[in-house]
Amino acid sequence: MSEATGTARVKRGMAEMLKGGVIMDVVNVEQAKIAEDAGACAVMALERVPADIRAQGGVARMSDPDMIAKIQAAVSIPVMAKVRIGHFVEAQIIESLGVDYIDESEVLTPADYTNHIDKWDFKVPFVCGATNLGEALRRINEGAAMIRSKGEAGTGDVSNAMTHMRTIGGEIRRLTSMREDELYVAAKELQAPYALVKEVAETGKLPVVLFTAGGIATPADAALMMQMGADGVFIGSGIFKSGNPAHRAAACVKATTFFNDAKVLADVSRGLGDAMVGINVADIPVPHRLAERGW
Amino acid sequence: MKVGVLALQGDFREHVLSTSECGHEPVEVRTVDQLNSVDALILPGGESTTIIKLAESFGLLLPIREKIKSGFPVYGSCAGMILLADRIFDGIDGQQTFGGIDITVRRNAFGRQVDSFESDIEFNGKSLHTVFIRAPWVEEVGPGVEVLSSAAHHPVAVRQGSLLATSFHPELTGDRSVHSYFFDEICKAR
Repeated sequence: MSEATGTARVKRGMAEMLKGGVIMDVVNVEQAKIAEDAGACAVMALERVPADIRAQGGVARMSDPDMIAKIQAAVSIPVMAKVRIGHFVEAQIIESLGVDYIDESEVLTPADYTNHIDKWDFKVPFVCGATNLGEALRRINEGAAMIRSKGEAGTGDVSNAMTHMRTIGGEIRRLTSMREDELYVAAKELQAPYALVKEVAETGKLPVVLFTAGGIATPADAALMMQMGADGVFIGSGIFKSGNPAHRAAACVKATTFFNDAKVLADVSRGLGDAMVGINVADIPVPHRLAERGW
Repeated sequence: MKVGVLALQGDFREHVLSTSECGHEPVEVRTVDQLNSVDALILPGGESTTIIKLAESFGLLLPIREKIKSGFPVYGSCAGMILLADRIFDGIDGQQTFGGIDITVRRNAFGRQVDSFESDIEFNGKSLHTVFIRAPWVEEVGPGVEVLSSAAHHPVAVRQGSLLATSFHPELTGDRSVHSYFFDEICKAR
C-alpha cells in the first residue's frame, strides 16, 4: 500500500469535511468543551479572542504550545491554531504539535509585510483570509487549502464580512461571463495566476472551500453568510463574549445548517441573552482595521 | 431511485454529485419528511459529533434508527461509518450513533490531519485510489459483518446486510465504484 500524506487533495479534503459547520475561537479547555458539546465542527485555539487583542493592543503572536496541547487533549474534533502572516517558524512549531489546520491570520500582528508563508512546504493544511478574489487566488497559489473571507475580526459587525463575500462572489461571477481571450487581462487585473483564474472561470467557484469570518455574532449573521454562498462559518469573539456562550454556540450551529429555514432561525434566535456589544467598523480608524493586513 | 443524503454538516454536496453521476436522484435530507421520501440514505463525511447532535436536535435520530432496523439501505463514509457503528472507541463522553453495523470503530485511528493520506487499496476485489482524512478504522468486527477492504491491518470498508460503511472518502475522487456497489449490489438487491 503506497501512501501519500500532505497532498493537495488530502489538505483540501479536510476542509470539505468542515463544510456546513461552525469553527469557534476558544481560549481554554473549558471553552473548547463547550464548543464541542454545542456541535462545533472544529475549534481555533488561541490565547486572546480578536475582541481582546483589539482592546489590549500590543503585538499579537502565536499561542503558547502548552495551551494548544491542552485543548488538543480535551476535544476529539479538529483543532486549528493561528500564526502570524509570514512567520514560517511559528508555522513549523504549530505543525510539530500535530494541529489539524493552521490559520495564517491577519488577527495576529504580521511578521512579514511583503511575503506570506510558502504553504506548500508544510504537511499541515493552511487557511488564509481574503477580502477579494485576487487575494484568495494568491493565497491558494502559495498553497492555502481553504479560504475564509476576512470580515473585521473582533467587532461583532458583520458588514465587512458581507462586503468581502459580495466582492469574492461578484468577481467569480464576472469571470464566468468572460470570453476565454479576456481571461489573460482578468488575471493581470486580479494580480493572480492565469491558471487559477481560468479554473475559476470554468467552474464558477474557488478550487478550495470558502468559509466566512470576522464580525459574526448571531445565528442570523451565520445564516446570512451561508445564504451569501459561504461553505461554513468562523465565529471568533461572538460566542464567548456573549451572555450565554453554550446556548448561543448551539444556536449558531443550528442556524448554519438550517440557513434557509426562517422558522428554525426564529426558533434558535429566541432567548439567547446579550450578544457581544461590538464596535461599528466605521468607528475604527483605518490603521487599526485588521482586514487591511495581508496583500 | 431517490437517494437521500443527510445534509446536516460535512461533504454532503460531493455525495449528492456522486449520486447523480451514478444516474440516481439525490435528495438533501434535513427533515423527517425528506427522510420518508427516499429509497436509500447516505451519511456523509464531516464531524460525527456535530452531525449526531444536529440529528438529535431536529428529531432525526430515532427515525433513522428505525429505518436502519427495518433493513433500509444506508451507506456511510468516514463520519458516516462512525454513525453506523454499534460501538465507538475514543468518542466524546456519551457519544451516540445511529448504529446498525456490529463493529467497534476507533475515531481518528490513523492519527491527526498531518497523518491523513491518499492510497491505493482493494475494494471488493478491485483496486481503488482513495483518500483517508482523520479517518476511523474498525477495531472489532461482529460475526455478521463482511470486510470489503483493509488498510494498516484494520478493516476500512464493511458491509452488514443493507448497511455499508467506509472509513475513506470515495466521494472526493472521480471513482464511483463504491457508490455503484451501494446502489447496484445493496439497494437493488433488496
